[in-house]
Amino acid sequence: MTVFTYLLMGFLILCAIAVSLSKNLLNSILIYMSYSLIMSIIWTILESPDLAITEAAVGAGVTSILFFVTLKKIHAIDEKSGGRHYNE
Amino acid sequence: MSRKKTEREYKRSFAYHFFRWLNGNEDPLMGQVEMKPQKPYQETPEEIRRKIRERNALFLRFYGVVKSREVRNFERVYKIASVIFCSILIALLLLTVSYLPPVGSVERPINNEVAQRYIEKGLEETGAVNIVSGMILDYRAFDTLGESHVLFTATVTVLILLRLDKKKDSKNSSPMERTEIDDQVYEPQNDAILQGAAFILVPIIIIFGIYVILNGHLGPGGGFSGGAIIGAGLILYLNAFGFQKTERFFTEKTYKWISFSALSFYCVAKSYSFYTGANHLESIIPKGAPGAILSSGLILPLNIAVGLVVASTMYAFFVMFRKGGF
Repeated sequence: MTVFTYLLMGFLILCAIAVSLSKNLLNSILIYMSYSLIMSIIWTILESPDLAITEAAVGAGVTSILFFVTLKKIHAIDEKSGGRHYNE
Repeated sequence: MSRKKTEREYKRSFAYHFFRWLNGNEDPLMGQVEMKPQKPYQETPEEIRRKIRERNALFLRFYGVVKSREVRNFERVYKIASVIFCSILIALLLLTVSYLPPVGSVERPINNEVAQRYIEKGLEETGAVNIVSGMILDYRAFDTLGESHVLFTATVTVLILLRLDKKKDSKNSSPMERTEIDDQVYEPQNDAILQGAAFILVPIIIIFGIYVILNGHLGPGGGFSGGAIIGAGLILYLNAFGFQKTERFFTEKTYKWISFSALSFYCVAKSYSFYTGANHLESIIPKGAPGAILSSGLILPLNIAVGLVVASTMYAFFVMFRKGGF
């Protein structure tokens, strides 16, 4: 179990670095979702299921959806322009 | 003794139908499959130029700032000032930390009798088997009230930021701006896969959310997490079936009334228990047997109130991001 926890912790740090280094905003949101999911598993291992449920519902669910909608609002997931604005 | 089949015979055989299906010429359920490729959509250069101009004008209007010399100078000063401010702040905070008692010291404020009291007397005093629930909705109920109001205030802020004035916007004639206002014009409607998945998943998600809320004082969960789960289910339903379906049961008015009545119920209920607690009066609300679903006094109704507020707030966030108001 300890090895599993360390593995998850390592993955958590990896995710946290990848979020900030990813050039594509959509990718960083997806990585952030997986970060929340791993965090909720770690909460379960740390014996706080209350937090695990909230983390899974809010972190991986609602927050990411709101991020997606925000990206759509600022035209950051336009596939044609590849995340950049039109230029003449 | 085989003979060559005539074409009419062959067309009735199984092999003909099978190969026709395999090659994708005809689907037995759908009929003739459309095989010819679509005509590529050609835009005239004039139209493309017009679109680019409109788009750039829009971006300039919303996000662009024409930088003059003063603005650039100000930005330079701003950068230097922010670095200085951050350094001073870090130094001050580190100085404060150095005055804190060392780790493991007996005098640390963390080593007090509160935690022990929660663990030893929590079940007896609140009636909740789940100590966390007993803490946040009984001992620390005032904090939870504040959290609910923070959520409500956040919705109000989002409403102020994203609300679209209907009367003013109908006069704007640029197609780009109209798209900006109603950005689901180019989205696929009535997606079969999404609707099928939502048809199965949404009831399960919402029932699980209700279970988490109602079981908050007995097991892991509570108002906030259950409300978030229900809100996620509602958002999924909205994405699958569109605004017409959800507006039959959830409009701005519903949101207002749910938030108002749940928050004021919370205020009234907790005021009562603060009043009785401060004056050493006997509360008339029965504690019930620990472990039963109708137990632990006010915690169950408070959980329901918090869950309602959170669920409708999550949904309202999403609707306001999508449409700018209900």
